[in-house]
Amino acid sequence: MSLMRSFQVASTGLSSQSLRLNAIASNLANAEAVSGPDGQPYKPRHVVFRPAPIIGEVAAGVEVAAVVEDPRPGPLVYKPGHPSADANGYIRMPNVNPVEVMVDMISASRSYQMNVEMLNTSKQLMLKLLDLGRV
Amino acid sequence: MNIVPEFDPLHFSEAALKMRSYRQQILASNLANVDTPGYKSRDIMFSQALREQVEGVAYSNALPLSATDGRHYRIGGGLPGAPALLYRMPMQPALDGNTADVETERVHFADNAVRTEAAMTLLNSVISSRKLALSGNNS
Repeated sequence: MSLMRSFQVASTGLSSQSLRLNAIASNLANAEAVSGPDGQPYKPRHVVFRPAPIIGEVAAGVEVAAVVEDPRPGPLVYKPGHPSADANGYIRMPNVNPVEVMVDMISASRSYQMNVEMLNTSKQLMLKLLDLGRV
Repeated sequence: MNIVPEFDPLHFSEAALKMRSYRQQILASNLANVDTPGYKSRDIMFSQALREQVEGVAYSNALPLSATDGRHYRIGGGLPGAPALLYRMPMQPALDGNTADVETERVHFADNAVRTEAAMTLLNSVISSRKLALSGNNS
C-alpha cells in the first residue's frame, strides 16, 4: 500500500529531525561548558543525514548516518580568575556560535513541521480512501 | 454493438489512484530528504505512467537495458513493472549536492494530494452510479 509508505517515510523524517533538534539543544546548552569529563571544552555535535531505502520500494526515508563532533577549536577568552584558566589567564571556550545554532534550530523545526504536515495529508487521503464506495 | 466502453471508468480510476499514491510516496521521500547532502530529487512522468498502467504496457520498460553484473549501470532506477523514476531538473541546487527544493516539492505534494482526492471522488461517483444501476430505483 503506497500511502502507508508515505507514513513510514514521514516518520523517518520526524525521528531524524528530532535527533537533529536534540543535538542542537545539546550544543546550545553546552555553549559555556569549558571543561567536560575529559577536561576539554565541549565540542559541538552535528548530525549527518543519508537516504534510507525501504526494501522493495522506490521511496526512501531518511536516517542519521553519523553524529560528528566539530573539531574546530573555540575562541580563547581572557578570564584570569577562572579555575580552568591557563598561565596567561586564557580559557578555551567551546566552538558554539549561538546565532548559528539558533538558525540551525529554526531550520530543523521547519523541516519537522513539514514532515508533520506530510503525515497529516497522507492521513486525510487514507481516511478518504476508507470511505470509498460508502455513498 | 459494444456496450462495454474501451476503458472501464472503474479500471481507469483505479489506475489513476494507484499512480497518484505511488507518486505521493516518491514526493514524500523527496520532502523527507530536503536536508540530506547529495540527495537527488526524483519524480515520475505522470501522464506516461498512467497510460502504461491503463493499457497494461510498459513502454519505458519495453526494451530494458540488461544488467548482468553488479557493476553495470541501471537506467531508470524504478522497480521492474513500475514507472521509470526520473530526476528533477534542479532550480537552485544546494552546495551539498541536494536538489530537493522545498518549495517545488511542497507544491507538487499539495497538487498530488488534491488530485488524489479528485481521483477518489471520481471513483466514488462511478461506484454510486453502478449501485444505482444495480438497484434500479431512482429514488
